[in-house]
Amino acid sequence: MCALCGVLGDAEHWTAAVARPGVFTRNIDPASRRRERIKQVAEANRILHHYGMTVADWQGSAFVLSTATGKTEIVDNLVHLWTAAERLLGRPCDPLDADLVLLMERELA
Amino acid sequence: MPDALPDFTPVTLITGFLGSGKTTLLQRLLLDPRLSDTAVLINEFGEIGLDHYLLERIDETMVMLQSGCVCCTIRGELSMAIKDLHSRRERGLLPPFRRLLIESTGLADPFPILSTVRSDPVLRHHFSLGTVITTVDAVNGARTLDAQPESAKQAAIADRLVLTKTDIATSETADHLTRQLRRINPEAPLWRSAEDDLDAEALLSGEGVERRGSVDCCGDAPDPHDHHASDIATLALSLDGPVDWTRFGVWLTMLLHRHGDALLRVKGILNVADAATPVAVHAVQHLVHPPRHLDAWPDEDRRSRLVFIARGLDPALIERSFRAFSARR
Repeated sequence: MCALCGVLGDAEHWTAAVARPGVFTRNIDPASRRRERIKQVAEANRILHHYGMTVADWQGSAFVLSTATGKTEIVDNLVHLWTAAERLLGRPCDPLDADLVLLMERELA
Repeated sequence: MPDALPDFTPVTLITGFLGSGKTTLLQRLLLDPRLSDTAVLINEFGEIGLDHYLLERIDETMVMLQSGCVCCTIRGELSMAIKDLHSRRERGLLPPFRRLLIESTGLADPFPILSTVRSDPVLRHHFSLGTVITTVDAVNGARTLDAQPESAKQAAIADRLVLTKTDIATSETADHLTRQLRRINPEAPLWRSAEDDLDAEALLSGEGVERRGSVDCCGDAPDPHDHHASDIATLALSLDGPVDWTRFGVWLTMLLHRHGDALLRVKGILNVADAATPVAVHAVQHLVHPPRHLDAWPDEDRRSRLVFIARGLDPALIERSFRAFSARR
């Protein structure tokens, strides 16, 4: 737990697995952890902007999710990100939504 | 001097529908002297447990969980029972077992059991998920798979399939069931209990696709006229070029969040950009195992290969979504 802000360490997410024998991770050192986190935020924002939302890193230990109207929520990891996004949005964030897939395909083209 | 205990004790789950031969398989496995250092945890649904008597091995490393199903009503007891075994081993009150076998009830959904081991704040630091072995009764299996969703789920998430009672089933029935199973789970190695040598090492070792290092989607072809378990579809896809790990992680997390209940299995090997060797990924519903570095590619093929076993989802849409969200620009 962080003594200043009282944030408990979150449960280990598979994309942020700690380095141990055989396990693939990019969390080798503080710099690579930070680099990976910045990439995660960028990739999540690539999807979230279709819902009018943004996410930002918060102290390297959580994410801050915001809507266009300013509603904000702090989330621990990527799993909680989608739960919170759906709650703020009031509808599902579905990667199998054909309309969303089409938008993502257009971005790639 | 005996080998040191592993950092993470592998947990193997033996599942399968009621009467499919789980206890018989367990009995057979425990005869193998190589499994003498194995703790066993048995869950029975009935008020009076019988399975442990059938095993004829009553000692302190044999634990019974009765009066409830381990996947729902007594899930907390499962966690407590494993912690208790661990605690007694650490204190030297038990022989130092090197693996744990769990036999679930025939009605159990395997997912909560795996989730308990993987997610419990204490257990996840001492235990790792081993293989899931599913027994399927060759005589009644086809009907059970069709009528009982739990049975189809147990077969879909298996790392190893054991077709039991093949000595009393006709070869046509067994072959038909094999094709049906291949439709649900195309790549798990399959043994026929009467004909094949049930090698404990092959059944228990490794962690599914991660250790085998291959995704073989070309087993016995499913019967095109087979309409059983028709809402379960298998998608095998491959992708040329390296995968962006971060992008893949964000996409898979989003997919499992929304459709984890329907995604019975996701497994594969990825050619990850900037990684020298392939990375194996393995998910069962909402649960994702830690991604594993494989030592080397299993063959000359350097493409990423993924298998999705899903209930009620459109495979074509999963593939489109994967390519749209995960492809590198």
